[in-house]
Amino acid sequence: MRGFALMSPTFFYALLLLAVPVAVTITFSFWTQTYLDLDTTFTLANYQEVWSKPIYRVLMFRSLTIAAIVTAVTVILAYPLAYYISFHVKERQALWIFLITIPFWTSYLLRIFAWKLILGYNGVINSTLMELGIIGEPLEFILHNANAVVMTLSHAWLPFAILPIFVSLQKIDRSLLEAANDLGDGPVMRFLRVTLPLSLPGVIAASLIVFIPTIGDYVTPRLVGGSDGLMIANMIQVQFGKANNWPLGAALAMTSMLLVTAVSVAFILVARFLGGRVR
Amino acid sequence: MKIKFLTIYAVGFMIFLYLPVLFLPIFSFNDSAIVAFPLKGFTLQWYENLANEPGMHQALINSLKVGIATSVISTILGICGARAVTRYEFFAKKSITSFVMLPLVLPEILVAISMLVVLLQLGFSLSLISVALGHILMCVPFSMAILISSFEGFDQSLEEASMDLGEGPLMTFFRVTLPVVAPGIVSSLLITFTISLDEFIVAFFLSGTEPTLPIFIWGQLRFIAKLPNILALGSLMLLASFILLCAAEYFRRRAQRRTGTEDSVI
Repeated sequence: MRGFALMSPTFFYALLLLAVPVAVTITFSFWTQTYLDLDTTFTLANYQEVWSKPIYRVLMFRSLTIAAIVTAVTVILAYPLAYYISFHVKERQALWIFLITIPFWTSYLLRIFAWKLILGYNGVINSTLMELGIIGEPLEFILHNANAVVMTLSHAWLPFAILPIFVSLQKIDRSLLEAANDLGDGPVMRFLRVTLPLSLPGVIAASLIVFIPTIGDYVTPRLVGGSDGLMIANMIQVQFGKANNWPLGAALAMTSMLLVTAVSVAFILVARFLGGRVR
Repeated sequence: MKIKFLTIYAVGFMIFLYLPVLFLPIFSFNDSAIVAFPLKGFTLQWYENLANEPGMHQALINSLKVGIATSVISTILGICGARAVTRYEFFAKKSITSFVMLPLVLPEILVAISMLVVLLQLGFSLSLISVALGHILMCVPFSMAILISSFEGFDQSLEEASMDLGEGPLMTFFRVTLPVVAPGIVSSLLITFTISLDEFIVAFFLSGTEPTLPIFIWGQLRFIAKLPNILALGSLMLLASFILLCAAEYFRRRAQRRTGTEDSVI
């Protein structure tokens, strides 16, 4: 009982400032905005609008696609580094992990801004290439599209994706690897049959902590995405800002959370199934 | 051979990780209003401009207020939570802990709009307090994670000895527990302060008319002429974060040495 009493300030803070607000926002999504007032009669109209209008479907699909690509890129790039630190760095592991996490703690806005400087019309890449005489005029296709969004977001999430993979690699009992060696597996087969399946929980965790928040990002699309790179969160932000239709914004947010959850659950099931079949 | 390839990969990875952000300080000393190579010459002009930017000074003060409130309160909540988790068994411990850690994985926009809806429904106006409330929610999981690892190795017999020698629970906490776990607490204070200082999305929705530094920067991004000043300000913020994080890491390692869990890396 003392444990619960001690936990309660933290617990009730999260309850009051997270669970209650999310519940209220869900309720909101069943109401209607009538000019300046709220009509509080229950209606599914917002959800009907979200599911029927092509613009929302396009944004939703694009957001899921971008988030999936970002997740794949991030995990694939992060895995070898986590592996390197776990298996090949003997001393100073903590220093490596610290150096990797620093960028994650620094300002997210500034990191996106840095990418805008690099990819921009007069940016680092274009001005360098022009100076070197490789191109005659600035390349326009590098900024203001979905690729720029994928690039920027992947870079932003890399540090965060390494941690869970690293932790799961650290937990692997090294004698299992020796056993695989003794039983005749080469390095590749040993990796595929022992290391990779055992680090699967880390890969799944890394995928989820990248995939879920990526859906909610509106700053990166705003700064580097142009109109082709806009995502569902930009629409949510517009509904809570200029358009001033909060119930619709709430319905959009809840729908995207629902889709993200569905995709995540499906992903976990598939990953576990595949992981269970190796061996 | 394989090890060599991985080493090259790791070095390349680190360059890729750090390079984009390094362009900020590089161009902040460049004597040109346009961000492009080749560099024109060295100047401190953009940093001097910051001194005459009253809007920025106010934003800095706002950020400091929010950051201090956030770090103190989220660390106190983190201490309660971490101690409960490491020391006691209680009903639904696992579910409660996961729930408290939830903001770590939720999209920030969801946290931000939900709080916005509730605060305005209840008739509160947006202010620095609402920003701090949001930041505390997001920082508690980080504080808990740091403190759990520093409380975990704590030797309980020290506390029992203190009780046997006649100290009450409160004095035992202040005279025995606190000194041992103090470095972990300092580390948590510094990390949560850094998160709050740099946080954008929640502040964007909840700050009302009082901007924090990232919100100020966002507002200035519209003006091309202000770009070099933003580079200077951004570089200073990166430097501040870097120093704070190094200090936090130093204290985190000290915390682990004190409780004898030296080999844990994270």
